[in-house]
Amino acid sequence: MGTAFYIAAAVAILSTIMVITRYNIMHALLYFIVSLLSVAVVFYLYGAPFMAALEVIIYAGAIMVLIIFFVMMLSLGSQTAGDERSWMTPGVWIGPSILCIVLLGELVFLILQPAGPAGEVRVVEPKEVGLSLFGPYILAVELAGMLLMAGIVGAYHLGRQKKKIVHRFLETSES
Amino acid sequence: MINPTTAGLILAGILFILGLISMLIRRNIIFMLVSVEIMLNAAGLAFIVAASKWGQPEGQVMFMFILAMAAAEVSVGLALILQLYHQLKTLDSDEASRMRG
Repeated sequence: MGTAFYIAAAVAILSTIMVITRYNIMHALLYFIVSLLSVAVVFYLYGAPFMAALEVIIYAGAIMVLIIFFVMMLSLGSQTAGDERSWMTPGVWIGPSILCIVLLGELVFLILQPAGPAGEVRVVEPKEVGLSLFGPYILAVELAGMLLMAGIVGAYHLGRQKKKIVHRFLETSES
Repeated sequence: MINPTTAGLILAGILFILGLISMLIRRNIIFMLVSVEIMLNAAGLAFIVAASKWGQPEGQVMFMFILAMAAAEVSVGLALILQLYHQLKTLDSDEASRMRG
């Protein structure tokens, strides 16, 4: 527990500091993905392997990819392929890659270890979480579903391009 | 060697403070959204640490709700930023300090 936690915590804090000090948004997002992965390793250490998988899949895999697509879409009009070449210089990806390799080595070491988590950390099984989620918290699950539905409808409504609507009678009277 | 629960909560606090500092010092609106994500993630970490301290599943249930809320918040926030960018042609949040109906 001890050393592995401190390495993952150091990677998390370092990459978060890099996130808040970058000027380029793409560099910051790369470091933020590393920060989420290290927090997932911390979840694994605290006896929540299913939550670690969800953190990687939903946060690092879905939400961050959404933000990255959005940033790329915004800068599509004014910038060209030369920018894409400047995004991929070694100075951009070498820092996050080193931090990722540290995390990967730590995770492989943890998986190869035979025993369970040491110390006073108690593992909470995913089955227990599911029983609690769909037992006493079923109302909260339905509320979360309604929240996601409202998010979908709101995002569609806000993201729609406003067209100027001219009534056809007015159009014919003008012309 | 300090207590694992204390260490995890200190890590969550540090990440939350970093997100708060980033929220206060940044003027780019996408960076502000990302720092909100950092703070939500730190809150989820605190819930997971508490769940492992007490051995109860409620903390992980709360983390799943935080995850769902973050997904909805990001989609609506990005749509709002898109509208703002189309109207103001910039991502500076100071430009949006005046609301014109």
